[in-house]
Amino acid sequence: MEGSADGRPVIRVEGLRKSFGHLEVLRGIDLEVHRGEVVVIFGRSGSGKSTLLRCINFLEEPTAGVVEVDGIRLEPGHRTSNKKELIRQVRIRTGMVFQQFNLFPHMTALENVIEGPVTVKGMRREDAIPMGMELLARVGLADKAHEYPIRLSGGQQQRVAIARALAMEPKAMLFDEPTSALDPELIGEVLAVMRSLATDLHMTMIVVTHEMGFAREVAHRMCFFHEGRIVEEGPPSEILANPRDPRTRRFLDAVL
Amino acid sequence: MRVNQGTGAGVARPPDLAQERPGLRERLELASLAVPFRVKLALVWLGIFVVLGLLFALAGFDTAWMREEWLFVLKGLPWTVIISAASIGLAIVLALFGALARLSRNPVAYGVSGFYVSFFRGTPLIVQLFLIYLGLPQIGANLERYVPGIHEALLLDPLTAGILGLGLNYGAYMTEIFRAGIQSIGHGQLEAAYALGMTYRQAMRRVILPQAVRVIIPPTGNEFIAMLKDSALVSLLGTVVSQMEIFRRAQLVGRADFRPFEAFILAAAVYWGLTTAFQFFQGRLERRLSKGYVREYGAERRPRFLPASAAGGIGPGALEVEVPTEAGPRQER
Repeated sequence: MEGSADGRPVIRVEGLRKSFGHLEVLRGIDLEVHRGEVVVIFGRSGSGKSTLLRCINFLEEPTAGVVEVDGIRLEPGHRTSNKKELIRQVRIRTGMVFQQFNLFPHMTALENVIEGPVTVKGMRREDAIPMGMELLARVGLADKAHEYPIRLSGGQQQRVAIARALAMEPKAMLFDEPTSALDPELIGEVLAVMRSLATDLHMTMIVVTHEMGFAREVAHRMCFFHEGRIVEEGPPSEILANPRDPRTRRFLDAVL
Repeated sequence: MRVNQGTGAGVARPPDLAQERPGLRERLELASLAVPFRVKLALVWLGIFVVLGLLFALAGFDTAWMREEWLFVLKGLPWTVIISAASIGLAIVLALFGALARLSRNPVAYGVSGFYVSFFRGTPLIVQLFLIYLGLPQIGANLERYVPGIHEALLLDPLTAGILGLGLNYGAYMTEIFRAGIQSIGHGQLEAAYALGMTYRQAMRRVILPQAVRVIIPPTGNEFIAMLKDSALVSLLGTVVSQMEIFRRAQLVGRADFRPFEAFILAAAVYWGLTTAFQFFQGRLERRLSKGYVREYGAERRPRFLPASAAGGIGPGALEVEVPTEAGPRQER
């Protein structure tokens, strides 16, 4: 199932809605992300950005709509064993990076990275270790391979988390505010790794972030979220230089 | 002690201690400050044993008899350990499944584990032991015509019945311990495991349970120590002579020679030694499990109270906490 050799999007979201009780967080989202594309999603907190990412890999069950990842189509409804398997396949194909890193604290950096391939894909440990070391080198942490997460800084932990997600060889990466929990001086190292994923590996990425500098440099497209809808989208040069929607303008004025 | 009285309107000035010759009491205090706390503690324990020893001597304690019979009591130790180890093994398995069932949305699993925990926590252990040992055969006899062979199967020997009873009872308590341990692991860990494509089973086995074990071990150790002691109850079912544990043996030999006090003191000493030894190993295990959770090994040390220096005496600053200096900012290598 090669995602987009035929121009089909790697990720397609159609009419996606999500309610928590009476609160409707997503009110009909349509989004297509093509191979190698970097989409930055921004907007006020509570506008549904994170929820969208979490609905794409079904960490949250959407209320309505369609999610399609690499040709696998998911719709909300009862989780039969067949559907559970489809969800798992979608998750294998999407790497997720969390705001709070969520590294496994009882495993070293290297063990964190090879956990997915070994446990989920059944890769042999001997084969996984050199691959894991290579990934850690890619995020600049080869010398920390045998450290436990608690001995790593926030920036280092997040880079390990990126390597862990990459180890599954995903078709797309989902970044959920990857630098929001970091001290300011540690943000740069994480953004640098993400930038190299985009420019060197041409990784398909959806990034929820407030780092407008990163968006300007790396994103192909930016989507502004407001109250569960995408109210404006376009290339960063347009969105950042002269936003059309007044709500976008007001938000950008506040953060820039 | 002379107190310098102020000449003003009854304003008391602090006594001028520097000019006093230290009294006996004060010299003792100063000498005491020079002795480390641990040494004092050891002396207190020693004192307790000396007092108890004197008391026993006065009460005509038969030490010769004890020297003769202590091996007989000690021979029960393997059986106490076997009963406890088998029971804790059963309890751990039951607690694991019980806890997972308590956390599941399956109504059958949730309901059955709820019943199990409620019944076995809500009734006395001794009643459960008798239900299993004496009650089950009766059920078996009455069901024999429907299920041939069940009477035989439910006719348990005291040891098996004891292990089953202890395991079921402790498993119920430990279900709650395991459930709390699993719930103490943040939801982000489960999400991270799911995001990698793990199934529930894989996430539990690889991510959640290994972390929960760290939380579960200390209270499980406590349960095991309690079980070492509760294993004495199995004696009340009566045991085969060759399988008698500590308490049963003490009872037997004490009764035969009219030396109940000596016999049970022996039994108590063996139990005490056993639990103390186990606590020691538990401490080592907990330290091993802390890897990945302790950043600097120096920071593990608890802050200690500085002994008040003899010159300073008790005053402000005397109770300052020593902070290990190596627990400073993290070193980047």
